[in-house]
Amino acid sequence: MGFKDYCFRKSLWVFHFGGASCNNCDIEILDCLTPRHDLERFGILLVGSIRHADVLLVNGSINTRDKDRLLDLYRQAPKPILVVAIGACGCTGGIFAEGMTFAGPVDAIIPVDAYIPGCPPKPEAIIAGIVKLAGKK
Amino acid sequence: MTVNLFYFFIFPGLIFVAVAGAFLSWFDRKISARVQFRKGPPLLQPLYDFFKLLLVKETILPRHGSPFIFVLAPLLAVFGATMAGVFILLPLFNISTGFRGDILVIFYLLTLPSFSYIIGSLASGNPLAAVGGSREMKLIISYELTFILFIAAVIMKSGQHFDLRTIIDTQQSGTPFIGSISGVLLFVAGVFCIQAKLAMVPFDMPEAEAELSEGIFIEYSGPPYAMIKLAKFIMLFILPAFIVALLMNGMRPGIGVLWLILKILGVVLLLVLIKNTNPRVKIKQASAFFFIWMNLIVVIAIVLIAFGL
Repeated sequence: MGFKDYCFRKSLWVFHFGGASCNNCDIEILDCLTPRHDLERFGILLVGSIRHADVLLVNGSINTRDKDRLLDLYRQAPKPILVVAIGACGCTGGIFAEGMTFAGPVDAIIPVDAYIPGCPPKPEAIIAGIVKLAGKK
Repeated sequence: MTVNLFYFFIFPGLIFVAVAGAFLSWFDRKISARVQFRKGPPLLQPLYDFFKLLLVKETILPRHGSPFIFVLAPLLAVFGATMAGVFILLPLFNISTGFRGDILVIFYLLTLPSFSYIIGSLASGNPLAAVGGSREMKLIISYELTFILFIAAVIMKSGQHFDLRTIIDTQQSGTPFIGSISGVLLFVAGVFCIQAKLAMVPFDMPEAEAELSEGIFIEYSGPPYAMIKLAKFIMLFILPAFIVALLMNGMRPGIGVLWLILKILGVVLLLVLIKNTNPRVKIKQASAFFFIWMNLIVVIAIVLIAFGL
């Protein structure tokens, strides 16, 4: 792992995209930033603009309207960008997989680097996923 | 010539202020984390952030903006911050060059980063950046008057000396300016001014993460954003150093280096605690705060100085 790669892995800034989510995953993601779990230990920050992001965190089922927004965000993100699908809906579609507005799980729209399943995943599971992502390659 | 380049690029210029500022940025984040009962980032975190942005990430230029000015503005910010840093630190460290620290030059150079942020944000063609830019402009209008009055008060207190080295010498041969009533009032006004200059939380409406999503910096990515981070690191170091030089005795040789470090850390700690215990104010409230209360405090301090207190 070279110096550039090492810096990238140690400073992952996260942009959070919520699709048509039931908000449970959003709450668990925010939980990771609270004093108990504190993802800033690993240099992870939640940023407000996609231009600063290194990780695009997608949760919720992606319906036909969300699809365009998600593609827009992915194209506007500065490369390299990692994509993480969180929750059952993000990974597979979950209970919405056969809904009429469902536009496919995240990996049918953009390439995904890590899946964190669960409905919702526990904060520990999210941290484990992020650590595996940081140690990937 | 070579020695001047050394002053600009290595010590006390770019590399020194950048490293010191990166350390203070870590200190800021660590103290914020401890205030919130979190553990906080590791020591080298600002370094990782900076090199990630500089070396790894892609630069995206705005289609509807002016790419040339958009990229130039962060460089201008770093240049202004570094020049101000050199001109503050040369007199502070008592390095004798021809320059003895003309305080008005420092004042103008310190405004350069804020102005280049505005130029950059308006060149990006993003509506949220434009809102952030206009807020930054209003903020500058609010605090610059207080800041120049503050500097004028310090000049008056030192007996009409316009150069930083003589102001430090005056304090070292007498008492530090903060050891008087007017000095304490000036310190309060000065700390709030640099809080606004650094765009820290009570006055961070140009960036406003929650509503404008980073506001003035929203379109920056990759190396230009790394330059903005660098300018912010440098400002976080030189503004407290400026306050220390103006009011708190500067630096004596020998063990004084340790005292200087402690004084700068103390000022930064104060800034971080203000940041962590206050909500963001509206731009109108910030203007009223500076125009009425801070100006009043500085004017009272000037009156007290005229009476020799």
